[in-house]
Parts: sequence; C-alpha cells; structure tokens
Amino acid sequence: MQLYLPIADIPVNIFLILAMGAAVGFVSGMFGIGGGFLMTPLLIFVGIAPAVAVASVASHIAASSFSGAISYWRRRAIDPALALVLLVGGTIGTALGVSTFTLLRSLGQLDLTIALSYVVLLTSVGAAMFYEGLRAYLRARRGVKVPARRSGSHGWIHGLPLKMRFKRSKIYLSVIPIVVVGIVIGFLGAVMGIGGGFILVPIMIYLLRVPTSTVIGTSMVLTLVTMTFATLLHAVTNHLVDAVLALILMIGGVTGAQFGARAGQKIRGEQLRLLLGLLILAVGIRFAVELVIRPEDLFTIRQTGVTE
Amino acid sequence: MIARIVFAAGAALLLIAAAAPTARAERMIVSVSNHRVTVTPNYSGEELVLFGSVEKDASTPASRTAYDLVVTVSGPRADMVTRRKERRFGIWINTDYRQFLQVPGYLALFANRPFDAIASPEVTRRQQLGLNNVLLTQRVGPDYADVVPNDAFRSAFVRLQTQHGLYREDTTAVTFLTPTLFRTGIPLPAQVPIGTYQVEIKLFSGGALVTRTESAFEIDKVGFEQFVATNARQNGFVYGLVTAAMALMTGWMASIVFRKD
Repeated sequence: MQLYLPIADIPVNIFLILAMGAAVGFVSGMFGIGGGFLMTPLLIFVGIAPAVAVASVASHIAASSFSGAISYWRRRAIDPALALVLLVGGTIGTALGVSTFTLLRSLGQLDLTIALSYVVLLTSVGAAMFYEGLRAYLRARRGVKVPARRSGSHGWIHGLPLKMRFKRSKIYLSVIPIVVVGIVIGFLGAVMGIGGGFILVPIMIYLLRVPTSTVIGTSMVLTLVTMTFATLLHAVTNHLVDAVLALILMIGGVTGAQFGARAGQKIRGEQLRLLLGLLILAVGIRFAVELVIRPEDLFTIRQTGVTE
Repeated sequence: MIARIVFAAGAALLLIAAAAPTARAERMIVSVSNHRVTVTPNYSGEELVLFGSVEKDASTPASRTAYDLVVTVSGPRADMVTRRKERRFGIWINTDYRQFLQVPGYLALFANRPFDAIASPEVTRRQQLGLNNVLLTQRVGPDYADVVPNDAFRSAFVRLQTQHGLYREDTTAVTFLTPTLFRTGIPLPAQVPIGTYQVEIKLFSGGALVTRTESAFEIDKVGFEQFVATNARQNGFVYGLVTAAMALMTGWMASIVFRKD
C-alpha cells in the first residue's frame, strides 16, 4: 500500500516502513539500545532526505525510550539525580546540535556531515565493541575467568570538583563530566538522529563507573528528554519532522522491540556485544563506501524559498 | 522588474492589436479540461487536456493553411539551488553551487513539430521556444542573468527537473485534429507543486508568430497529508508539540500493551 509522506515528499510503501521499524525495534530490544543509528541510515538508504530522516527518527526514539523508561522506572532502575544532571547537559547539547544542523543545511554540507559523523562514530565504536566482544568471547571459550572490572583506580575524573552523591547508583562523583557527557550525547543526537545509547552506556560504565543496575534506565531518561526536545526544535526551526513517517516507525519499533528483548535474553552477553559491534561497524562501512564511490549524479537541487 | 514592464507593455500592445479588427487575422479559442486539479493522497499523476481551435476571418490570407502551435505550461515560481559534488580528499562533497531565481516549479513545452522546424533560431530564442530557450535566471556573483544553454549548472538543473517529470519538452504532443482544431495533453506527476499554472498558447505560421492566447489552471492538494505539511510549515511549534506528544503516547501505550506482570 502506497502512502505519501507529507514532509519527506515521497510516496513509500507503508509495509516497508513498518517492517523497517519492526526490524530495528527487534534489534534495539535485543541489545537494549534505541536503534537510531540503524533507523536513520535505513531511511536514508531507501531515499528519504537525510535531514528529514534525522528529524523524524528523533520522535521515533522518543517513543521507544519512553516505553523503556517506564518499565525501568517500575523496577526502580533509574537514578533520578543522575538523570537530572545528565539532562542539564543534554538539553544544552540538543539546542547546540539543532542550531548546527540548521547552519550546515544552509551551507549545503548537512548530508556530508551526517555521513562523515556516521563513518567516524560507527566504525570506531563498532570496531572497539567488536574487538572487546571477540576477546571476551574467546576468553569465555577458553574458560579464563575475567577479573572484576570495578577496581579502586578511579583516575582523573574523580579528582574534579563539584562532587555530588548519587544515592541510588551509590556513587560520589563530580557533576562536570556528567554534564559534559550530556552535552556530547545531546549534540550528536540532534545532528545525527541517534539516541546515543550505544555510546552513552559504555561511557557511563567505564568512565563514570555507574553500576549496571541503573545505567540503562538512566541513559534512557536522557535519550527520552533529548529526543523529545530535538523533535520540538527540529519542527520549529527546520520544519522537517515527518509525523506520518514517525508514527509508522514508532508502531513498528515498539512492537519489534518486545520480540527482540525476548530473543536477547537467550543469547550470551559477549556474543551479543560481538554481534552489535559487527552491526555498527557494517553501517559505518556502508556510509564510508557511499562517500568514496562516485555518486550517480554530481548535481542536486533544493528549493530555497517560495515567493509569489 | 524591467522584464515585467516590457511584458506588460507587450501585453497591452497585444490587447490594442486585438481590439483593432483588421490587424489580426486569426483568433484562438482554447480551454483546459479541468481548471482546478485536486491532488488527493493516492494521486499518482493525471493528464489534463487542452483543446482549442483557430478561427479565421475574412482578412486571413488565403495562402495561409498550415499552422504550428507551441504550448507553454509554467507552474508556480520559486528559488532553487543547484549544487555540484567534486572529489576532495578522496570523498565526494558539495563544492560549487548556483542559485536559480524565481524559476517555475513545473515547466512543459509542447509543440506539433520540432521547434527549429517551426521558426528560425532567432524567433525560437525570442519566443522562448524549447527548454534551451526558456529564461532561467541565475545569480552569478552580483549579477542576474541567464547563461548559455549548455552551462553545466543550467543543463544539470533542467536534466534533474526532467527526471522528476517536472520539466518536459515534447514536440509531438500537440496534434491537429483538423487543420484548425488542436489538442494536447498536459501530464501532471504526483510531485507537482501546488499553485497557479499559466498556459500560454502561441500560433505560428510560416515561421512567424500569428497570435497568442493564455489560459490557466489551479493545482490544489487536499487530504490529511497536505494538512500535515501545511501545519508543519506554518505552525512549527504546535506541530512539534503534537508530534512529541504522539511519540510519548505511543511509548506509553506500548508499555501498557506489552506489560509483563
């Protein structure tokens, strides 16, 4: 069934988009991530303008992270104080991200920036995750015991001022790195159309030493607020949020996520990381190839203003 | 602006000419099959039909039997930017661009035979017959000008618009049913911009313009999609709020539907 997307301005097959939403939802449920880094590229690959894809996926991620955040809240797996500090940075980062997005768009370099950011971020994160997962997998197969990660060596992060106690996470930490992390994630989310969970969770575990019991729930709160805010800002400044597209993605996404979560419980942790690393790496490489090969058409047209 | 004035003056002259009974030997009566096209969500392109007839009067030279006809349909005008990618540091990036000012969003040129057979190059250029001769104003530095037809940006612009079905040229589209009765189809693809479309019909005989007339039609999009698009552009804030609320609702509903207790 063909459906005309009002903002993307192209007709699409409703079942294709629904299936894409479900597939990405499945993956995101399986790995406990938002899935924006898969959704945005998929939309770009089927022919939706990168700018529209980024802006519309923001609302899709808002929906999936909200349903996630609710269930984590019920399990008391969210640290409200930590979430609040992250949000301070997150909102600043989102606002900066949307204004950068607008500027790049007027310069005609938005698509390139989105593609380059994907290449850099996804290949590096994907490769690191793949390497880490591979090592853990091999170690597990050889039966070597992994030494506990949480040692006393806290490093420079813990020498920073403005320390605060986060009760539910049982950590005592400076707010500076938390706000900075929030800004970075908010910025990347707004420019690239990603929730940022796949970067945020490792940062929170390895850098901020947030315990695994609260890390995913808390990162989902940040994703939820930055993506809701990004939806609003993209709608106000660039008029690029396609609500029809977003709604189909959401419905597919939240359904797929439920099945993905069940599938994820059956796979071992290190295998999961290995797979996720591989997936992220593949998307990054796909973008890199796109940039290097000669485009089919060197010219593009964009309407800049209607005056009658 | 100057072009407008010249055009207006030209139109006035034409009116005067038309008013003088002996000055014009032919008159054209035209009509389009539909003056208001509504594009619904499942619209997948449509074809309007323009038909008309050439009316001769007593002063028409008896030798004049064969006519040529050129129909120009131009949609609402807008500014467009054409960008060109070049290889820099191993990757393809947008480097150069040209701005096209107030160019039609839809442009169709139809005739009954090739433009160069209808009139001399001088006439085809002056009368803007053919996509190569239509005025597409570019901003070149501080100047505004149309450039040569084989300019890289101009030809890329025309080519891309043609690929989208928005610019078209067909020198077989106009058919004479009788020596004086003609018709032509005006294909309107799904992505046509909304607004007023001007139709200009020029009648040639022996390589010279005999008479011209105009018509117009309106394209209007209706339905939910158009409602969404209009609101996204005009009420960005409310639209953003509604979309965000919709996202939260969907997430909340999902957490209820799939709640595992």
